[in-house]
Amino acid sequence: MSAADTEAELRRLLLAGLAGDDVAYRRFLQLLAGHLRGFLRRRLFGWPDDVEDLVQECLLAMHTKRHTYQADQPLTPWVHAIARYKLIDLLRVRGAREALHDPLDEAMPLLGAAETDALDARHDVLEMLQSLPAKQRRSIECVKIAGLSVAETARLTGQSESAVKVGVHRGLKALAARFGVTRQPEGQR
Amino acid sequence: MRTDELITLLATRAAAERQAPAAAALLRAVVVGLLGALLIMLAGYGVNPALPQLPGRPMFWIKLGAPALVAASGALAVARLARPGVPAGRVGWGIALALALLWGVALAQWLGAPAAGRSALLWGQTWRSCPFSIGLIALPVLLAALRALRELAPTRLRLAGAAAGALAGGAGAAVYALHCPEFGAPFLAVWYVLGMALPVAVGAWLGPRVLRW
Repeated sequence: MSAADTEAELRRLLLAGLAGDDVAYRRFLQLLAGHLRGFLRRRLFGWPDDVEDLVQECLLAMHTKRHTYQADQPLTPWVHAIARYKLIDLLRVRGAREALHDPLDEAMPLLGAAETDALDARHDVLEMLQSLPAKQRRSIECVKIAGLSVAETARLTGQSESAVKVGVHRGLKALAARFGVTRQPEGQR
Repeated sequence: MRTDELITLLATRAAAERQAPAAAALLRAVVVGLLGALLIMLAGYGVNPALPQLPGRPMFWIKLGAPALVAASGALAVARLARPGVPAGRVGWGIALALALLWGVALAQWLGAPAAGRSALLWGQTWRSCPFSIGLIALPVLLAALRALRELAPTRLRLAGAAAGALAGGAGAAVYALHCPEFGAPFLAVWYVLGMALPVAVGAWLGPRVLRW
């Protein structure tokens, strides 16, 4: 189903639901949950356990704020804005500094895979990270992919801050050496 | 709770307990806020005794119209930012137009006046209190708009707060104009603009603090 079809279908179900059709509304929420799961999983792949919680958080938010959707407005931007707001909120609560996709975008040229789509890139990143020792891998996942600060990563993983920094630095260096990327990783975050 | 269970729970309540749409909630806020602003102006300042003659003076209409334009632009921005996925749009142009009007007329009057009379045009009698009076009169509108926004779903909190501030500042200045004894355009261009900027700054500061949901 194309994005336009999905939009039309979801919109039809939501409007029917708001008009009192509980079956349509239920179907709307189910379809929406599926899309949200995909959207959030791509952005939270360092935190698979949080995906379902955030899906529920978003569903609840969209339900309680459904009066802010107007029938003459496209549904996708509305859904997207709320999901993104809740995602950033989760990261902020965790003390994260940025939305996830920024660090991910930065990491792409480093991996020499700027052309591949996000799914492949994610697969590649995960596979490459697997080749690192556990502590380096965890540090890179937290700092470079999830966008946490060094201090937060240290608290989260029980390492010292300098150990996190060293882990990120050595890990990236090892990846660069192994996968033949010449550009030096940029300054530590 | 599993997601299926949550959906089952929510699914029976689609049509029930629905809140008012954004436009209605904001309209209510503007009415309530304006009433509050008028009350403060009447009780604390009083209408300009010369009011019956004022409609004959072009400056009165500029004093009323430019802030009203700012308020309308702010209201439009609030209405858009209150709904997820709706961009703020080009409401900045409305505010820019109001400022251009104020500053253009002020410049013309300033250049056309004899050098000795210029400082009176700029400072008037009430420059010390004017911005704060506008800020005070704007307060009920700002609070009402922020309260309405809390029931809606702004996702850009600082911007939404600032837009509520523009709505409040414009409304406050327009209401204050019914009292204000000043008629120098340079006075308006500086002190009215400062007075309107005050609620914008407060709104931008409050936005991320009070609008989270």
